[in-house]
Amino acid sequence: MTQEGLRARFPVSFAGRAASLFSLLAVWQATAWLAHSRLFPGAGAVLATLVEDATHGDLLHQLGATLARVAVAFALAMTIGTAVGIAMARSRAIDTLLDSGVVLLLNLPALVIAVLLYVWLGLTEAAAIGAVTLSKLPAVVVTMREGARTLDRDLADMAKSFQLGGWRTFRHVVLPQLAPFFLVASRTGLALIWKIALVVELLGRPDGIGYAIQVFFQLFDVRRLIAYALAFVAVVLAIEWGVLQPLERRLTRWRR
Amino acid sequence: MASVTVGISVDIHEKQYLGHAGAKSVTALHNLQACVAPSEFCVITGPSGCGKTTLLNIIAGLDRDFAGTVHFEPIPAPKIGYVFQNPRLLPWRTVRENIALVLPHHGTSAKLDALLAEIGLADAADVYPTRLSGGMARRAALARAFAIAPDLLLMDEPFLSLDAAAADRLRGLLLRLVSTRPATVLFVTHDLTEAVQLADRILVLSQAPGRVLAEMPITLPRSERRDPDTFSRLRAELSRFADHPVARRSDDSGGYPSLG
Repeated sequence: MTQEGLRARFPVSFAGRAASLFSLLAVWQATAWLAHSRLFPGAGAVLATLVEDATHGDLLHQLGATLARVAVAFALAMTIGTAVGIAMARSRAIDTLLDSGVVLLLNLPALVIAVLLYVWLGLTEAAAIGAVTLSKLPAVVVTMREGARTLDRDLADMAKSFQLGGWRTFRHVVLPQLAPFFLVASRTGLALIWKIALVVELLGRPDGIGYAIQVFFQLFDVRRLIAYALAFVAVVLAIEWGVLQPLERRLTRWRR
Repeated sequence: MASVTVGISVDIHEKQYLGHAGAKSVTALHNLQACVAPSEFCVITGPSGCGKTTLLNIIAGLDRDFAGTVHFEPIPAPKIGYVFQNPRLLPWRTVRENIALVLPHHGTSAKLDALLAEIGLADAADVYPTRLSGGMARRAALARAFAIAPDLLLMDEPFLSLDAAAADRLRGLLLRLVSTRPATVLFVTHDLTEAVQLADRILVLSQAPGRVLAEMPITLPRSERRDPDTFSRLRAELSRFADHPVARRSDDSGGYPSLG
């Protein structure tokens, strides 16, 4: 059922995507040609720099450093956020206790969190990852709490009457109901978290894309600046298309 | 299959639903006593809102917030197969996966396949519940309840909102299944026709707060109840009680009047 739908949709969406990308590149190239400035490099020049730095420069090293931070912070924020969100949905006491903390974190700019943690913990990896995690955490908590509040009581009663036990109930009855919320949190999380990671790196790390951006800013090297940013966008898109979308299809294949 | 099934004695002094935020508490059940014999097919009927579902949930152990006792004999903790008013299948699991989930261990697939075939789900085994018709979803819920070889089956208007022919087929299927897999059955319905077709004994509950207003054993074999005259006589007897619960409530004599 889903497979037929996919087969029908895939060529259209693929062609559409290609056309959209191509027109973007065309506009970019035309503008660069008109501007004719070192500060507005064309798509071709940026692409050449990207390939050059990926093969001979340290682009992959910086990319790896940022990706590692993003991965750890993402995993921490999702795990802690899910656990806290479920706990807050299930217990009124925990909800009341933690709610103002969540609201505070939700409204505290990532920049402030990063500066504070660097001040308190020094310019360390722990401070960097902590800042990224804390910036992402409240959004995960809020989303998962919303999800856990909508859990179906009827299904819970079913699980109880058939004596499924705690783990099987959690794994097969509760988690599938939370999956859509988890996916939303992951989606928005991934897009948000790498941007925060760059700010945190710019402020206090000796490597990573954020650090590289700062260096290129000081050198007015716009070509590399865009190339490095695009490299990371490419990685994030690859994760979106290669991991999150297939995961979503798998988790929702039972829908009509 | 369990050859010894379970008997139940229920003595509920009171079951209240606490009102939230100043709303008044509602008494759902009050002074409700009932006994069900092992392997008996007991139908519970009564006006809507009289606490039939509450009673099943209490017996199932889903609701422990009541004053009173529920005893099972001779098995103190019987295996209970519950067929809810809505099928309550997990939409992210196929029919087979839904049933396999409630089985204690995996690797019983041959047995499961036989059960699916018997219940008419062989072709739907690998279908997700959203693709099932109402009748098929109810068959799946029935299969799930029977898969665990229950000592006690609790059924809460399981064939509600099916068309008459489909409901009739499912009642036939249920009786066949029960005849080869002995179990005590508590079957809630407000459909008197269904009650007369299925029951060994019918308990009529009063309007809320529910208590047992009357009981009506039916000793006639089920095949003979199909005779139109016999059927309408039984149904008329039953409706004398079921249709005038308010009139009956005022005469508060201790025991239940017996019919039949």
